[in-house]
Amino acid sequence: MGRIFAVTILVIAIGSAIPILRHTWWMPQDISTHGAPIDEQMSETMAEAGICFLASQILLAAFIWKFSNPKPDSKIKTFPGGASGLVIAAFLLVGTEVLALGAFGAKAWAKIYFTPAAANALPVQAQAGQFAFYFRYPGPDGKFGPIHPDMVSEANQNFYGIDINNDQDAKDDIVTAEMAIPVNREVNLLMHSKDVGHSFFVPELRVQQDFVPGLDVAIHFTATKIGRYEIVCTQLCGLGHYNMKAYLSVMSQQDYDDWLKKEAALQ
Amino acid sequence: MHDMSAQAVQHHAPPTSFIGKHVFSLDHKVIGKQYYALALVAVVIGMVLSWLMRIHLAWPSAKIPLLHYLSANGAAGNVMTPEYYLQLMTMHGTIMVFFVLTTAPFAAFGNYFLPIQVGAEDMPFPHFNMMSFWVTFVSFLVMIASFFVGDGPTLGGWTQYAPLSAIGPASGPGQGMGVVLWASSIAIFCVGQLLGSLNFITTTLDMRTRGMSLWRLPLTAWAWFITSVMGLTAFAVLMPACILLILDHVAGTSFFVASNLVISDQVQPHSGGSTLLWQHLFWFFGHPEVYIAIVPGMGIVSHVLITNMRRPLLSHRVMVYSMGALAVLSYMVYGHHMFVSGMNPFSSLAFSFPTLIITIPSTIVVLIWLGSLYGSKLRINSASLFSLGFISMFISGGVSGFFLAQPSIDIMLHATYFVVGHFHLVMAVAAIFGIFAGTYFWFPKMTGRMMNETLGKIHFWLSFVGAYCIFMPFHYLGLAGNVRRYQAFVDDYLQPLLPVHKFITVAALVTGAAQLVFLYNLVYSRFRGERAADNPWQATSLEWSTPTTPPPFDNFGGQHPVVYHDPYQFGIEASTGDYVMQNSPEEIHTVRDEE
Repeated sequence: MGRIFAVTILVIAIGSAIPILRHTWWMPQDISTHGAPIDEQMSETMAEAGICFLASQILLAAFIWKFSNPKPDSKIKTFPGGASGLVIAAFLLVGTEVLALGAFGAKAWAKIYFTPAAANALPVQAQAGQFAFYFRYPGPDGKFGPIHPDMVSEANQNFYGIDINNDQDAKDDIVTAEMAIPVNREVNLLMHSKDVGHSFFVPELRVQQDFVPGLDVAIHFTATKIGRYEIVCTQLCGLGHYNMKAYLSVMSQQDYDDWLKKEAALQ
Repeated sequence: MHDMSAQAVQHHAPPTSFIGKHVFSLDHKVIGKQYYALALVAVVIGMVLSWLMRIHLAWPSAKIPLLHYLSANGAAGNVMTPEYYLQLMTMHGTIMVFFVLTTAPFAAFGNYFLPIQVGAEDMPFPHFNMMSFWVTFVSFLVMIASFFVGDGPTLGGWTQYAPLSAIGPASGPGQGMGVVLWASSIAIFCVGQLLGSLNFITTTLDMRTRGMSLWRLPLTAWAWFITSVMGLTAFAVLMPACILLILDHVAGTSFFVASNLVISDQVQPHSGGSTLLWQHLFWFFGHPEVYIAIVPGMGIVSHVLITNMRRPLLSHRVMVYSMGALAVLSYMVYGHHMFVSGMNPFSSLAFSFPTLIITIPSTIVVLIWLGSLYGSKLRINSASLFSLGFISMFISGGVSGFFLAQPSIDIMLHATYFVVGHFHLVMAVAAIFGIFAGTYFWFPKMTGRMMNETLGKIHFWLSFVGAYCIFMPFHYLGLAGNVRRYQAFVDDYLQPLLPVHKFITVAALVTGAAQLVFLYNLVYSRFRGERAADNPWQATSLEWSTPTTPPPFDNFGGQHPVVYHDPYQFGIEASTGDYVMQNSPEEIHTVRDEE
């Protein structure tokens, strides 16, 4: 039975690796300027983790195969090099591997999070609430009007709680249910939660960031490919969590300008 | 080393009444079996919940017979509502993590065998020990009660992130009384674990018999000791966190709720709390909890494998140091759950490196097992198969940790099924395989009867292949961006993944059904199994040296065993065969080269 078990382990290990190698299920194509190092890091980690996975499972299978039917008079043998050899191998091989992964991964992370948005980045505010996203554009004055939580009203379609009548900065604000951005232009996304925790995940854009109630956070990115992508919520936010989504339209500058004008007219 | 002189022993007389013997028992063995029974009930409930979830995910409009009896609102017409899915999911996670993975490998086996393995007649504080079980039992009742009150259990997931969990009924069904019951249950559970941990620590340090130095403790004893130290510090943080959460509900405080949150156009009457505070407190407990679930499994698997390989591990000490390193590092890595939480991105890097470094002791543990398999005389039986299965699962679940340790990659994998696949393999399946290995191994000592080997092997094969069929595809789903905690997959990009979900559901139902073989074996063997010898596996540690099987009330029949050897004297030439028991005064002549 030991030998059948060894073969089963082998079949499972190799069978598990095949869809990975063939990219049967994989990340969608990257449409961001910052995504390349993430993808590279993913591939390198997959290669190293894959080697560790296959090597360990194959060793496990091989040893079960070889040592599970011992002859009654066989003697116990010791692995060459003993424990100290294995400990040194773990420190050298895995230690080096994880530190290298960590260093390169840190570089990819730093590129995204440790560089500020460009001064001319397009400011867009995203608001997450149970169970919808809304987006706000500052209008020609480039300034967002302040949020008044007590003025938030679904019935009046004042999703942000802005005071158009009294706040100068709010007068030209444009609130939309869909997010549109121009292609190849950096966007500075200011993230505000209305109620509980939510998240902003666009797999193609290589962006996932939680909304933190009580703490507005900002992320910045540049989309490089025109198209329409799904924005989904990944932080459990209540019964409608699965259905909390919006669309991100990446447009040419001209189309974006037209779209914004149209949305402004609807306010 | 401690001399078990009379005054050091908290001696108590054997009970005479039925209640004293079987219900409010002070005997660590009975308490261990009570914990095991509780875990068994809990795992059946948790598994049925997972079936319900999986059926709903594959066929969202499916009518599940009898479901409306569980909740008239949550399953009107026997079809699960979106919120009821989340409520069942929350209970699945909570019941499995707390009442199965924490109780069975640690509290159940640990209670039964730690005192015997150190050569003591009981734990030092038997009343605390009894209280620890009954407090845990009450905690379980409180958790189960939430199914039947108001609008049902909380839907916030086993992590109960604030402010969803703290804001009250306005944020959704089950978010009022459901959360209060959840937090109360967990706070009570923490009390039970703290009492248990105190007993485990003192048993290990103070109750060892003559000759039982720390390095002569079997690896299971080491694993339970290390786990109890983790439990003492982790549950001590979770308990106040739960109390603060309850206060946010019932006392008008705002520990976890920020100002100016708006639900249904109403500004919530809270101010000044911190959303991330809950996450920090929860994960400071939550990550050590992963190791609380798995380290006892490492001990059990080592213990079972050594006996079945007929040789000690390549290095006993390296295994102990590695488990200790995992315990220490487990407190320094918790922030990897929070890479995209809005925490300072620099902190993400600070948490990333210890998380990557924790792969080193994990690798050493695996390599020690593999290196010890080499040249062994491996016996294949149900216990050793589950132990080897544990190693395979631990490897598979462990390597995905390489990904989740890196914040840059976590951007793509956070909150996806990749994470669900990772923790199920490494923490749930591996830990449960450890429980199975322990059960097949120790059942003869606990009941005096053998389990059926054929049924055990059928159970193993279906579980091993089944678990891979369920959890390996989770990783593929995660790579394709499939978000977890969705009751249905309505996004366009998720549509091509639906067949994978159907496959997983079928695999889960079959694998779950295979557990009935185990339950049957457990019950059948308890009453009809072949009578067990005192030491059926020719093992060396003290639990196999008791004068009767099961052991008598005071474990060693009024004698204090004396220990002469390291715990695993296998692969030698002795009068008993290829092993010498720890309490045998026989001199050992064979010196192995690895020693």
